[in-house]
Amino acid sequence: MKILYLLTGLGLALSLVADPPRTGKALKIAAKRFSKLLGEFALLLILVSLALTLLPPRTILSYLKGPGKLVGTAIAALIGSITFIPGFISYPLAGILHNQGVPYVVLAAFVTTLMMVGIVTFPLEQKILGTRVAIVRNILYFILALVTSLAIGLIFGEIP
Amino acid sequence: MKTKKGLAIVLYSLFLGLSLALGFKPGIQTGKNLLDFTIQMMKVLPFAFILIGLFEVWVPREAVERHMGNASGWKGHLWAIILAAPMVGGLYVAFPMAYTLNKKGAGLGAIFTFLGASSLCRTPMLIFEASFLGVKFSLARLAISLPLVIGSSVILGRALERKGYEIHLEE
Repeated sequence: MKILYLLTGLGLALSLVADPPRTGKALKIAAKRFSKLLGEFALLLILVSLALTLLPPRTILSYLKGPGKLVGTAIAALIGSITFIPGFISYPLAGILHNQGVPYVVLAAFVTTLMMVGIVTFPLEQKILGTRVAIVRNILYFILALVTSLAIGLIFGEIP
Repeated sequence: MKTKKGLAIVLYSLFLGLSLALGFKPGIQTGKNLLDFTIQMMKVLPFAFILIGLFEVWVPREAVERHMGNASGWKGHLWAIILAAPMVGGLYVAFPMAYTLNKKGAGLGAIFTFLGASSLCRTPMLIFEASFLGVKFSLARLAISLPLVIGSSVILGRALERKGYEIHLEE
């Protein structure tokens, strides 16, 4: 995060020294683009807040602990697709599950779908990619996430 | 479409207000989540959009076209991964950036690789993942998912280009 601030500050400073009017234009573009997507970001926040209430980390923990490899993988993939958990929560969570003996296939399904499939980011994606392509991308990436997870299961000797 | 979104926001606000008034715990929790996440996102978004703005005024279209355009081949995908690697935030930052890349003349295949790579191999996230699940896990995940993403991006990009598909901000 600090790198982001540093990079933005440095970029702005350099740009300002090199060409002030152009820097003003850059800031105008930033503001315009942001305001154009504001509704989608609001929707994203609403969906995230609801998803987190319906599926708090504690509940996810209990869902993924019990059911074994195949059912666990399916549940993990569904939860990962529906909800949105930032890395600083999802990875410690996965670490806890790993220490409690949950297999890598299940953890892989959870973290890959979290990364690749986004129901809560869908409104934003739809606005930029269009409805059909957004749907295709999510379904495609869901399948890719599952393939990746199963391959990880193979690599770690959990499957077959 | 616009009214639907507006309605969702009004209903949600009503739900939060009523929950607060009646002491409905899940509703109050939702409000807390909203606050938490808004703060989290505001720590990233303004800066990300400023960087996007700077990118748009300083990086010449010709350069993006040459490195990531349809004629760039595998190099375009490599550039997409290099661009995605230092990113923070994830998909919600990647989509606006994808729009900018498209405006500057990047090919659809490279753009889809960028979207995939920004969810799969952001360096800050990788470090975190490896520390909790092990380096072997992270490397295996990357080694399998990245080729899948690049391959599917090539196919998806070609198919959509043939159909005359274009990325644009819908009103």
